[in-house]
Amino acid sequence: MTRATLILLGLIAVAFPLSLLAGRVWIDPASTPNAALILAELRLPRSVLALVIGAGLGAAGAAMQGYLRNPLADPGLFGIAPGAALGAVASFWLGYAASAWALPLMALIGAGGAMALLALIAGRTANGPKGIALFTLAGLMIASLAGTLTSLAISMAPNAFAMSEIVGWLMGALTDRSWCDVGVAAPLTLAGIGLLALLGRDLDALILGDSAARSLGMDERRVLWMLIGGIGLTVGSGVAVAGIIGFVGLIVPHLVRPLTDRRPSQLLLPSALAGALLVLVADSVVRVLPLVTELRLGIALSLIGAPFFLWLLLRMRRGLA
Amino acid sequence: MLRAEGITIGTRLRDVSTAIEPACITAICGPNGAGKSTLLQVLAGLLRPEAGRVMLEGEALDTLHPRERAKAIGYLPQDAEIAWDVAVRSLVALGRLPHRDRGNAQVEAALAALDLEALAERPVSQLSGGERARALLARVIAGDPRWILADEPFAALDLAHQARLLAQLAAQAASGAGVVVVVHDLALAMNHAQRVVVLDRGRVVADSAPAAALTPDLLRAVWQVDAEWIGKPGRRALVTR
Repeated sequence: MTRATLILLGLIAVAFPLSLLAGRVWIDPASTPNAALILAELRLPRSVLALVIGAGLGAAGAAMQGYLRNPLADPGLFGIAPGAALGAVASFWLGYAASAWALPLMALIGAGGAMALLALIAGRTANGPKGIALFTLAGLMIASLAGTLTSLAISMAPNAFAMSEIVGWLMGALTDRSWCDVGVAAPLTLAGIGLLALLGRDLDALILGDSAARSLGMDERRVLWMLIGGIGLTVGSGVAVAGIIGFVGLIVPHLVRPLTDRRPSQLLLPSALAGALLVLVADSVVRVLPLVTELRLGIALSLIGAPFFLWLLLRMRRGLA
Repeated sequence: MLRAEGITIGTRLRDVSTAIEPACITAICGPNGAGKSTLLQVLAGLLRPEAGRVMLEGEALDTLHPRERAKAIGYLPQDAEIAWDVAVRSLVALGRLPHRDRGNAQVEAALAALDLEALAERPVSQLSGGERARALLARVIAGDPRWILADEPFAALDLAHQARLLAQLAAQAASGAGVVVVVHDLALAMNHAQRVVVLDRGRVVADSAPAAALTPDLLRAVWQVDAEWIGKPGRRALVTR
């Protein structure tokens, strides 16, 4: 186990119990009435879900950055999560939302489809300014198209209640999630992280570019399908239960990279752990903030993530990233 | 033997056949757009020809498992990129990927062969052009390939670094590897290759020992230059009139 993994596991071990106690009401297990019930049915599933979704987004970001050889890649920002949201909203429309698995399934398909489209347009281009520009534009267009179609679906919602439900869910939050949501997201996300973890060697080979990677025995089609599957599972299941939570996949690999030898294979597991930690901490902080209504997790992370993205751009301009 | 048999890809390569020998340096020359890099990629198994096939030591290249092919053939692309700022040692160790082992001995040997031991822990972003080229070749050598295919490995190098890289490729050939390089510098091909394949508009127009291939007549026909070789064999220089 690497240094980064150990450090992150340690931090999660500290943060997890704290997150159970943190909230509008701080729980003292000894004195708070119904503490056991609140912990078991509200706080625990929420914290577990934060870990699961964060881990999925972190691993997805690391894999995407490795595959596209682009330090700006992020599933939330560049169309993957919006694709998943479109899939999920479509399932509302098709009337499938009643069945517990239809919405996640459609979200998975949406995420996988967006990843496939992005890889098709930008995946094969070389690294460097041209490749990054093409990827960024393609990602933003996919995000914009998916967002527009989602808005269209929302604007045609059958009633105001349905509309506000969808909009609220899209903003991304872990409020009032149950064990049922954990049951949907956890196995799918873990399967997705497993798929992405199998790509370590191929992502390492891709350090040398597409043709050198193939000359090292990388099977490009296998890699692409596993990536689509892995990203679809992690991001799709996350969006299905918590809406769009952006920037985690962007931020986390950058925080973790200095702790590793910078090979993508060494980044996947630590990024999953760091993603879990980041979402867990962020979700605890939004609960504690003294606001009239709870700050949405997705909005909170965007408030951190957007400046981070700008800072990254400035670094890249100076040739440091 | 690495043999191309009747390779055709659109108009880029037209019915190209050649046999690359082990234990020597073969140079592929030709004007811009002649199909040199395309031929190298076909020989490396990275491009599938529309017609014809590549035989690696008696087996059709496209029937080999990619990993088996990768163990046999090391390929160094032109303008090789390095996406992340890994340390030199990690970069060189990528050559072991097809073997699925750490291959510490081979990695250390490759670092030593290219005089990179002192730079082993340095991030690749802090390397000079020459050091970077050496590190990329060390990556290929660490995989212990029987065939080394390099696309313009000397392009961005000054004279001293060219000479070092060349000496290293010659050493690989001397130890039995078949080395194929795409080169623009005809004097380099003349003096250091044992064989030269000249391509012109996708066809092989010469395929023999350098002195027999790169004749003034051929230079005029293919490159449209009037030029002659001066100096002694092994130290030839090309002067245009």
